[in-house]
Amino acid sequence: MAKKRSTFLLTMLSFGMAFLYIPMILLIIYSFNKNKIVPIWGGFSTKWYKVLFESEEIWQATALSLKIALVNATFAMLLGTLAGLALVRFGRFKGRTVFTGMITAPLVMPEVITGLSLLLLFITMQDLIGWPAQRGFTTITIAHITFSMAYVAVIIQSRLAGMGQDLEEAAQDLGAKPFRVLLDITFPLLAPGMLAGWLLAFTLSLDDLVIASFTTGPGSNTLPILIYSRVRLGLKPDINALATIIIVAVTIGVVIFGWLMLRQQKQRERDMHMAGQD
Amino acid sequence: MWRRLGEQLQSGWKVIVVLIPFIWLLLFFLAPFFMVLKISLAESVIASPPFKPLLQWVSDSAVSINIVFDNFLFIWEDSLYLDTYLNSIKISLISTILCLIIGYPIAYAIVRATPTAKNVFLLMVILPFWTSFLLRVYAWMGLLADQGTINNLLIWLGIIDEPIRMLYTEFAVYVGIVYTYLPFMILPLYANMEKLDINLLEAAADLGAKPMMTFLTVTLPLTVPGIIAGSLLVFIPATGEYVIPDLLGGGNVLMIGRVLYSEFNANTDWPVASAVAIVLLFLLVLPMMLYQHIQSRESES
Repeated sequence: MAKKRSTFLLTMLSFGMAFLYIPMILLIIYSFNKNKIVPIWGGFSTKWYKVLFESEEIWQATALSLKIALVNATFAMLLGTLAGLALVRFGRFKGRTVFTGMITAPLVMPEVITGLSLLLLFITMQDLIGWPAQRGFTTITIAHITFSMAYVAVIIQSRLAGMGQDLEEAAQDLGAKPFRVLLDITFPLLAPGMLAGWLLAFTLSLDDLVIASFTTGPGSNTLPILIYSRVRLGLKPDINALATIIIVAVTIGVVIFGWLMLRQQKQRERDMHMAGQD
Repeated sequence: MWRRLGEQLQSGWKVIVVLIPFIWLLLFFLAPFFMVLKISLAESVIASPPFKPLLQWVSDSAVSINIVFDNFLFIWEDSLYLDTYLNSIKISLISTILCLIIGYPIAYAIVRATPTAKNVFLLMVILPFWTSFLLRVYAWMGLLADQGTINNLLIWLGIIDEPIRMLYTEFAVYVGIVYTYLPFMILPLYANMEKLDINLLEAAADLGAKPMMTFLTVTLPLTVPGIIAGSLLVFIPATGEYVIPDLLGGGNVLMIGRVLYSEFNANTDWPVASAVAIVLLFLLVLPMMLYQHIQSRESES
């Protein structure tokens, strides 16, 4: 009976993984299709990569997207870390409920609402104080930071909750002032969480279409906006080539990151084991 | 002077740590909502910006107040909007249930796997989340099109003669939502199941419960928090989804995110678009608060 159930689980697992991966694999295969009509195979070719690399538009959009993602990730990491610290370590303070609400709401807020509300804010501010004079890099980055910092705060929150306060208390007992403790103990311990948050904020920004579409202005196309404007009208083989590059790059990144995490985890288990033997 | 500054930093840093993110969110998260609320109550005009100010100085001493509920009335009276809201909730709800049915056994299988396999499968579930959402939706355009992979395969196998219309139907929207949101269901379920005490299952088995019985009376009730968290993470964003109904549903599937977007961009009727957003927010506020409640309880424990 137990065996039967595990066969069922294994079948579901295989089907699930096939469901998740077959579409992406097909996307990659068709990027090497000579035929212009995407799903009909016309022989192997790398010409769509050439088309892609020769497109000035794609390069410009990629540069803009990367610029936004870098600035966004850095700011979101800093703001999110501060927010996470405030939520876990400061106990009750005035306005905590509003603060918690504002931190977690962007995680589940429908993108169309976030996008629309920020655009209306930017337009009103432009009317009142003349800033932002035009929409583009700055406005998209501000919008991205606002929702990315929520994700960073959640990561930092769970990391802080998991690591306990022993080391910080020890440092304090030895005479370190609270601010010193924050700089010398808490931040170094938080570094892996901050790195994870940075990476997440970076990808979230690169991936966002809806919020960027609302907050951008004429002439500022991010990569998702450009891709979207092309695929709306149908399948485009050069977009398959672009998708292949993105999927391969992400896979390499995730595998390396996963491998590092696994090694760290094994090392920690070994250390624990050694400590247990002493 | 530096010492003074240092001392002030010692005592005041906590306030600074709270204030920086607090002010940011106040400015760029809370204030924008009041903007939307404000404009949803404004009269729309053909101008730039396309709405009347709520307060207007008509002379030095008189202010005219232009608050109207026309936009909400308009949404209420036009059956198109009502149908679209209902249809969004229906599609989102069914997609959530499908994600749960598919995701639950997958999460359970991952929890039960050997440590190495567990890490590999987890990575495989997380990986699509890091690749482009837009491109994963695009992938299904190629699969579902009349000339697409699935139709070509079925015709080649001789199962069908004519291509089945799948792209630009509601079916395609379901496939798209389940496909892109499945990891959001699996991960909270996995996190919840991993904490499940295996001894309880063994105890149930020792006491003579059949596997099905154990599942229904022990496993399922204990994984309810994971089920709720995963379902909310799928249901809430899927209700306001824009990209999937637009790319896979074409003009044939009514979903509110798409209506809001076109109301704003194509019709430039900002007051109505704002009212649509406010109503959507009103519909989702309960599930959002529930999610927040679970999150804060999770972080406290």
